[in-house]
Amino acid sequence: MSESHEIAVDIGGMPILLRTRDDSFRQLLAERYAGFVGPSCSPRFALDVDLVTPSAEMEADEDVRVELRDGQWHLRRGDFRAQWDPQVGHGSIRQSPNPYSIDSVLRIVHTLILAQQGGFLLHAASAIRQGRAFVFSGVSGAGKTTISRLAPADAILLTDEVSYISRSGEGYRACGTPFAGELARAGENRSAPIATLFFLAQGPENKIEPLDAADAARCLLRNILFFAKDAELVKLVFRSACEFVDRVPVRRLTFVPDARVWELIQ
Amino acid sequence: MTETYIARSTAIAARMLGGEMMVMSAVDSTFFTLNEVATAIWQAADGRTPLSEIVVRDICNKFDVALEVAQRDAEQFVHELAQHGILLLSDHPFESAPVEAA
Repeated sequence: MSESHEIAVDIGGMPILLRTRDDSFRQLLAERYAGFVGPSCSPRFALDVDLVTPSAEMEADEDVRVELRDGQWHLRRGDFRAQWDPQVGHGSIRQSPNPYSIDSVLRIVHTLILAQQGGFLLHAASAIRQGRAFVFSGVSGAGKTTISRLAPADAILLTDEVSYISRSGEGYRACGTPFAGELARAGENRSAPIATLFFLAQGPENKIEPLDAADAARCLLRNILFFAKDAELVKLVFRSACEFVDRVPVRRLTFVPDARVWELIQ
Repeated sequence: MTETYIARSTAIAARMLGGEMMVMSAVDSTFFTLNEVATAIWQAADGRTPLSEIVVRDICNKFDVALEVAQRDAEQFVHELAQHGILLLSDHPFESAPVEAA
């Protein structure tokens, strides 16, 4: 396979080499992950993409399933079938030529990689301000995209939808992702130490309230992207969530949807 | 009266956080936060000590609660956790080595 059909998508400093025989698909990926394309010389991880014509077997409404069998992760949804070998960091995906399937596989693979390293993907917007990252988590409709839209000019937006949280020494870093929500815009490929995690709620006034550790962990676990039905992975994610709330301030941020909320965030 | 013996499942993740014991089932991801009394029972669940003894030793001696009430609440609690696979129940001591203190 020639190098021109490869592309390394580097999210969170964890490049994954995507290999395809179809150069037009490679171009599509290059456009979708612009800003997150790294050198393809030495990524630790690789995915071979086998493009197929959609078939009846690939029913579009099948929910995602992620299972570990014989040391291999098996990922499947209506629109893709994939395998991932966590020992060698290599996998394959069979899908039609669309960017959404591989986007989902990348999210899943990153959750699997991050879980082993004490990190996770979080349903959250995040932004860097004055060298520190602020993470805004919540379910759909909680205000992730809204607070991203309201961010002041000096804020570097990392994502309005899925935050990449990695362990870094005694703390955590938030890294930009190309996984966009309603903003429909990839984040900046930057990272910074996390100053605060906020759980979002919209209300009549802007206010920040403390959350006790148990509530913080409960909210966090509810918003971590987690696909695999695997006992060992559940334990890892639980431990990561507990360690995160031990080390990072977690608050509830109620906000009126206007830019003044950012006066509280610095 | 039949005794109940309780042991913590290995298919769980648990951690004391901010003074509260948090327990998550690794099987179905059910999440529990245990209060002080429930935590005392959880920590005493070594598979060898009868629940009735745990209630007297770790509940009645430490909390202001009547034995009958404590016993009834403890039975209810351990059965609820057992339904989620978080605690294992038996009418005889568990064969394997006692579970380490939580």
